[in-house]
Amino acid sequence: MLASPVAAAAPPGASSCSGCHGAPGGAVPSLIGHSAEDIAASLSAFRSGARPATVMNRIAKGFSESESRAIADYLAGGGQ
Amino acid sequence: MSGIGRRAVLAGLAATALPRPALAQGARGRVAVIGGGFGGATAARVLHRAGLDVTLVEPAETYWACPFSNEVIAGLRPMSAQAFGYEGLRASGVTIARTSAEAVDGAARQVRLADGRTLDYDRLILSPGIALRFDALPGYDAAAAETMPHAWKAGAQTELLAQKLAALPEGGTVVLSVPGNPYRCPPGPYERASLIAYYLKAHKPRAKLIVLDAKDTFSKQKLFEQAWKALYPGLLEYVPLAAGGQVTAVDPAAMTVATDFETYKADLACIIPPQRAAPIATQAGVADRSGWCPIDPVTFESRLVPRIHVIGDAAIAGAMPKSAFAANAQGKVCAEAVTDLLAGRTPAAPKLINTCYSLVAPGYGISVAGVYHPDKGVLADVEGAGGTSPVDAPDTVRQQEATYAEDWYRTITSAVFG
Ligand SMILES: Cc1cc2nc3c(=O)[nH]c(=O)nc-3n(C[C@H](O)[C@H](O)[C@H](O)COP(=O)(O)OP(=O)(O)OC[C@H]3O[C@@H](n4cnc5c(N)ncnc54)[C@H](O)[C@@H]3O)c2cc1C
Repeated sequence: MLASPVAAAAPPGASSCSGCHGAPGGAVPSLIGHSAEDIAASLSAFRSGARPATVMNRIAKGFSESESRAIADYLAGGGQ
Repeated sequence: MSGIGRRAVLAGLAATALPRPALAQGARGRVAVIGGGFGGATAARVLHRAGLDVTLVEPAETYWACPFSNEVIAGLRPMSAQAFGYEGLRASGVTIARTSAEAVDGAARQVRLADGRTLDYDRLILSPGIALRFDALPGYDAAAAETMPHAWKAGAQTELLAQKLAALPEGGTVVLSVPGNPYRCPPGPYERASLIAYYLKAHKPRAKLIVLDAKDTFSKQKLFEQAWKALYPGLLEYVPLAAGGQVTAVDPAAMTVATDFETYKADLACIIPPQRAAPIATQAGVADRSGWCPIDPVTFESRLVPRIHVIGDAAIAGAMPKSAFAANAQGKVCAEAVTDLLAGRTPAAPKLINTCYSLVAPGYGISVAGVYHPDKGVLADVEGAGGTSPVDAPDTVRQQEATYAEDWYRTITSAVFG
């Protein structure tokens, strides 16, 4: 059996996301099927406080705009 | 893949004679992972996905998860909700050696297994968790733990403490002792105190809980104290270090717990003793005099023995707490770094996240979160990020965090073991 193809290396922080964001149907929204624009915009809104949150506001502040963008691209590209 | 892994485990069989699968990303090499908990099972899965030849060494067929075990103690969920097997990992193709690692020879890059086999490695990842220090608190040893359970490794101890709590006489006294830093799950003892208090309030309202702490400050302190005041007044008494909270000896026969100032008579004592990295870490030479394992913050490679990486509770991960979330995040980062190193690439500086929820009552959750990066040789907090839930939050926020806690547990356990 051959190993499945490997996605591009995860940018800093991206691999932690799947600690909470899993399959669809849970209380924590799944990130599957979201566009990179969508995820990047959410992270930006969490960081600025424009979008209220319990936990993501605290986490998003640990990432710059460009880091968030890289994470969004990675997740939207099927990385986990 | 699993056939090759299994054969590679067998000492004396020439792995070179076997056909090798094409390896992704150009990484080649044998990786051994010791410990199939939140850290090790994660690392094994990621390494396997990257096409590496990985063997996970774990003696237990059932992994008993600690997160949410305080809820079991308080009678809020069944013990079966803490049990996870390794079928999922096996089915995904990870080779599992169902035995324990007895000795690691870092110079020969070899692990001796309890079943007599040896395992050669190019890189080794250790995620063996903690050992309870039965030499650190006078009177408290393995036998004492049968009378005064720690329940700090989930399984039989969790059930024992739950049974003893259910059997507590009306108006009885529970004593909970909390060690100094560092130890597994910084907010765990306070979640346990909260849920024992919840149980007492519901079932034995005249009983009392005394929490004896070797520290003056602790994780999510303001939030816990606010909740205790509101929910458990007169029931939960918290004694910090400054007020004489440090336990100096216990006597399981007399059921007493002593501090420098007072001796407490208990009907039920839960003693969480000081801890260190599990014995295999010391044996491998990767633990320092503190009992824990210093690591490089980019690759998690041991500062003491090259080509051995340490993740999870056993590691000194700087500002990162000893949590299942952290062990999972570290397992992924370490596996990627090992893949890079085996392919001759230099691993990039990572960022890691941690989120820890605690329940102080059903439907009442609080959390702490952090973002970490390598800084001056250690994993440090990314400034301006992280922190705890707000102190003055409406009930809806507490309810939501309790829901998120449940959801987190489901997601992480299915990602690691599913
Ligand atoms: C009461 C309590 C509540 C908690 N709640 C939470 C929570 O809500 N959220 C959270 O994130 N964390 C929580 N934790 C912490 C969490 O359980 C640990 O941080 C986590 O389990 C650490 O993972 P690990 O991989 O380092 O070790 P472990 O999960 O302990 O796994 C170690 C594994 O290594 C194996 N092993 C040991 N020695 C050997 C050997 N020589 N050979 C082979 N295998 C070996 C063991 O059998 C074990 O399976 C809690 C802990 C407690 C005690």
